[in-house]
Amino acid sequence: MTPLFLASTEVWLDQLVNGLTTGSIYALIALGYTMVYGVLQLINFAHGEVFMLGSFAGYGTLVALGGNDLSGGMVAVALILAFLAAGGASLGTAVAVERVAYRPLRNAPRLAPLISAIGVSVLLSHLVDDGFLNGGAKFYPQIFPDGDIELGPLQVTYLQLFLMGSSLAMMGVLYWIVQQTKTGRAIRAVAESRDNAALMGVNVNRTIVVTFALGAVLAGFAGVLYGLFFSSIRGSMGFLPGVKAFTAAVLGGIGSIPGAVVGGYFLGLTETVGRELLNEIPGVNLPNQWKDVIAFALLVLVLIFRPTGIFGQKESKRA
Amino acid sequence: MALLSLRGLVAGYGGITAIKGIDIDVDEGEIVTLIGSNGAGKSTTLRAISGLVRPRSGTVAFDGAAIDRLPVHEIVKAGISQVPEGRGIFHRLTVYENLQLGAFQRSDAGVASDYERVFALFPRLRERARQTAGTLSGGEQQMLSMGRALMARPRLLLLDEPSMGLSPILVDAIFATIRQIREQGATILLVEQNALMALEVADRAYVIESGLITLKGAGAELAKDDSVRRAYLGEA
Repeated sequence: MTPLFLASTEVWLDQLVNGLTTGSIYALIALGYTMVYGVLQLINFAHGEVFMLGSFAGYGTLVALGGNDLSGGMVAVALILAFLAAGGASLGTAVAVERVAYRPLRNAPRLAPLISAIGVSVLLSHLVDDGFLNGGAKFYPQIFPDGDIELGPLQVTYLQLFLMGSSLAMMGVLYWIVQQTKTGRAIRAVAESRDNAALMGVNVNRTIVVTFALGAVLAGFAGVLYGLFFSSIRGSMGFLPGVKAFTAAVLGGIGSIPGAVVGGYFLGLTETVGRELLNEIPGVNLPNQWKDVIAFALLVLVLIFRPTGIFGQKESKRA
Repeated sequence: MALLSLRGLVAGYGGITAIKGIDIDVDEGEIVTLIGSNGAGKSTTLRAISGLVRPRSGTVAFDGAAIDRLPVHEIVKAGISQVPEGRGIFHRLTVYENLQLGAFQRSDAGVASDYERVFALFPRLRERARQTAGTLSGGEQQMLSMGRALMARPRLLLLDEPSMGLSPILVDAIFATIRQIREQGATILLVEQNALMALEVADRAYVIESGLITLKGAGAELAKDDSVRRAYLGEA
């Protein structure tokens, strides 16, 4: 009997795990894009650099606490501290960027804050690359034990399991904040109408800052996970994941929180499982580098055929 | 001393000056109405009070203190709630969440019983508390908008065209509710195109034309005024 696919079952399952791993990182970053877009209709193109600075803060913390020599219970303590440092650094960056580069342009034409966002993005990435690293890179310490765990038919590393699990937990916390708390209600109200939210007594400026801060903390966490998984970090590291996460947010429907999560996983799986599927076509053999081509082809297709994305709604009416 | 007093208020948008120096007083416990045709400056007056539009000159004093430079949320905190034109409900939030937002500035123990008060006034909102507000009918949305404003326990309630777009039966229901709210001791500034109904419910009234107050007096008196009857009550 001829097998249904050319690739073996193991290859498919590996690609599934890889897709869910990178998808987790995309989803975490995409949430920041979608939430800020929700309240300001602004694409925060400096979000990739917010992610990058979080990654560096996490790196600095892990190295200061022992780096590759960390073991046992200290690994858990160091990870928690690295996440806190990364979240804090990203939050501080995002709040400062909002204050300096976006708020003064709140009532300017929509192109102006977009340009200033791109300016901040280029500034921060080059500041780190040229100002501190002189074109080099830093390498995250290896603190997770080697070896795989078997989850049913899936083979996952300890790091992958931690990455997927912690991402889900953070997204769960965010969802709870947005859906169940007073702050979350204020964010959703501002997203529908700034004027009407203000008439409820909501401090609109503060709510916008909180939205930036929440998205930034998730991006900082994603920065640590990225460093642990891909090891090398540099000032320009935020660009590609940033644009991919933006793609994920558009894919899911920009402005929608479930959309960003679904879009993130969908993009991760398209890059891995989707590439493998294309390779099933006789004569096609796309190496791994093609994943970026696939991701951005997908963005173009979505923008042409369903610009509102999977969960997208039409621009909310403003009273 | 009046609870609310506007003196020489000038406001507008861009190159347009919608109100050109108006004086209005609202005393505690009163219903005052501001009537006038479309574009006369009624909504701008309310938006200047609630802070959505910054006055270009003149003053807004509430309870003796100037509020015309405060941000919108501080004005709400001071005790002024607005039911905006077009209702301004949050379509993607549930009915209950809309009411929760009405009480956003409050942390007192009375909030829980105020939900009951609003549900007693508008029983339909209780039935639909878990629905998203966008699924409500126009009349129900108006009730939600008024109920939500009451959740703030405002000292002054600003109503912007509450009857707009509603069937005659619903208009009657909304005005019956306005009477009920006043019996509970609220102070109301009501902006209306439906002058007949507005004059009937109001203690005092102002007529605004092209951004200026042209007439003022007791509601019942203005309802008898010939020029008012011709201009706003559809009589030849």
